[in-house]
Amino acid sequence: MIPEHRSHIFGMVGEFESEHALVHAVEKVREAGYRHVEAYAPFPVEGLSEALGLKRNRVPLITLIGGLCGGLGGFGFQYWVNVVSYPLNIGGRPLNSWPAFIPVTFELTVLGAALAAVFGMLALNGLPQPYHPLFNNERFSKHATTDRFYLCIEARDKKFQFEEVARLLQGLDAHHVAEVRDD
Amino acid sequence: MSAPTPPVHSPEIRRLSPIIEPGHTYGTVTDKISAIVLTRPASLGWFIGFTVTFAIVMMLNVALIWLFAKGVGIWGINIPIGWGFAIVNFVWWIGIGHAGTLISAILFLLNQKWRTSINRFAEAMTLFAVACAGVFPLIHTGRPWMAYYMFPYPSTMGIWPQFRSPVIWDVFAVSTYGTVSLLFWFVGLIPDLATLRDRAISKPKQIIYGMLAMGWRGSARHWHRYQSAYLLLAGLATPLVLSVHTVVSFDFAIAIVPGWHTTIFPPYFVAGAIYSGFAMVLTIAIPLRKAYDLEDFITMRHLENMAMVMLATGLIVAYGYFFEFFLSKYSGQKFDVFLVDQRLHGPYNHFYFALILCNILTPQLLWFQKVRTNVAMLFIMSIIINTGMWLERFVIVVISLTRDFMPSAWGRYSATFWDYATFVGTLGLFTMLLFLFVRVLPAISIAEMRELVAETSEEHK
Repeated sequence: MIPEHRSHIFGMVGEFESEHALVHAVEKVREAGYRHVEAYAPFPVEGLSEALGLKRNRVPLITLIGGLCGGLGGFGFQYWVNVVSYPLNIGGRPLNSWPAFIPVTFELTVLGAALAAVFGMLALNGLPQPYHPLFNNERFSKHATTDRFYLCIEARDKKFQFEEVARLLQGLDAHHVAEVRDD
Repeated sequence: MSAPTPPVHSPEIRRLSPIIEPGHTYGTVTDKISAIVLTRPASLGWFIGFTVTFAIVMMLNVALIWLFAKGVGIWGINIPIGWGFAIVNFVWWIGIGHAGTLISAILFLLNQKWRTSINRFAEAMTLFAVACAGVFPLIHTGRPWMAYYMFPYPSTMGIWPQFRSPVIWDVFAVSTYGTVSLLFWFVGLIPDLATLRDRAISKPKQIIYGMLAMGWRGSARHWHRYQSAYLLLAGLATPLVLSVHTVVSFDFAIAIVPGWHTTIFPPYFVAGAIYSGFAMVLTIAIPLRKAYDLEDFITMRHLENMAMVMLATGLIVAYGYFFEFFLSKYSGQKFDVFLVDQRLHGPYNHFYFALILCNILTPQLLWFQKVRTNVAMLFIMSIIINTGMWLERFVIVVISLTRDFMPSAWGRYSATFWDYATFVGTLGLFTMLLFLFVRVLPAISIAEMRELVAETSEEHK
């Protein structure tokens, strides 16, 4: 292919009728040695992550850190307020009355973890992202969030060869194989 | 493919009644649910309903402005009854707000597939109920413009909130619950917002839904992390939803007022919250499925399951009432014994009997399958239970405060016009927000319905 033409190509996308066809196609494409492959589905498809070789993600770790920060910060703050910043001696009762600090500590643990889970997930996914080359594909932007399944082999893959990729996708029963242009 | 219709009376077969009617594809569920928002014109009924509820919200505004001008003296409260309608309504609303997160989180963790078509609007209901609940403690403070004192911020006065007080725990519990419910709801909405963005025809809708969808495109890597986050949120929301009404019950249980100072309050408040929450979900689901032809998605099985949850939690509540009564008598503590007698024979005993009728006796009809599958009966029942739950809070708040330790300090309570106007006003606010919600956001999760279609078509193969 002509090199300067290729630089505008994001990848090659194929449309599939069902989630089974998509999972099958992902397996075959990865067997063929492609690595920069992404699948798109209107709902979470069982077995798709495994087919793509996705491992555990970092959302749980981020959530744990968020929860720990919320909990330790919440308790530490109450301790600081009651013992350091404004100690009130009420009949000699202990300043660090920790059982009374548990409800707020618990709530802040949950709050920290939940905020971390949601914003961590969005950040790892690179969202918000208003523009993506695939939105240029008319069929994709019409059906990808409704009833069709898509497989995109991206041009940055070392093995990416325009005609070969098109042939591979067509051989896998993809309808509407099309190039995705990044402009 | 067409199987013979199973006889309805056979319990084995009836249990298999579908959670989505057969014959739906990814396309048809998407069309049907998104059409309510995108293409279907608003009906006359919607306009009438919206106008009426909007008028009630205007009445709420008047009631609040009058309150800000005159102070809480316009209400029926006075010493010794400092907690009147405001606290009754707060506890009632926050209780209703429990069903949404329960359905979305606990039923999700228990892998109950029938939650799918009811979780979205139940979560919306939760948010709106928490919003209505939040109004009351705020205006109840007397000087609502100083409500920010309840949050720990570095003030020039150098003092902090009292973290040992249940009232401050309440601030943290309710605001955390509101925030996490909103996050949970929004995360669930992201894929559906992308669907609406792609299906909207008009430019403004494309832009608004597009901004809210944040560029979601259904990538498998995104789904992978999305599912982790959703599962974690469900796991976090589960103890949270149980903690919120526990903390609300601490507002009472930590105090030494007779009738409040009992250890049974936290579990019995939580059960009551779920009870009233499910009743409110039914109150909303029954007209909703009728008005928008959603009988295929919100099937008889959903209504029946919710009725069974109401029956179960209703029995826990009945157990709570019984033990409250029994332990007061058994304690031999004269103020507690006296309080129970006041509930049965005192000036507000008609409220107590009405409460027993609404919350314990009527729901026993739910043992009968005929009642559980009768839509009209369920609707009436759900309203009776919500009334009963309101009466429960009234009995707890008012009877204890009117008859405490010293006869010289006894008093009477009756609500004024402004009490009723504020309460009815929040009912209007709640309903108006629901009217708006069904028109601008998908009332049923489209992505999860597609998943359900995929699973059920798998089973048929």
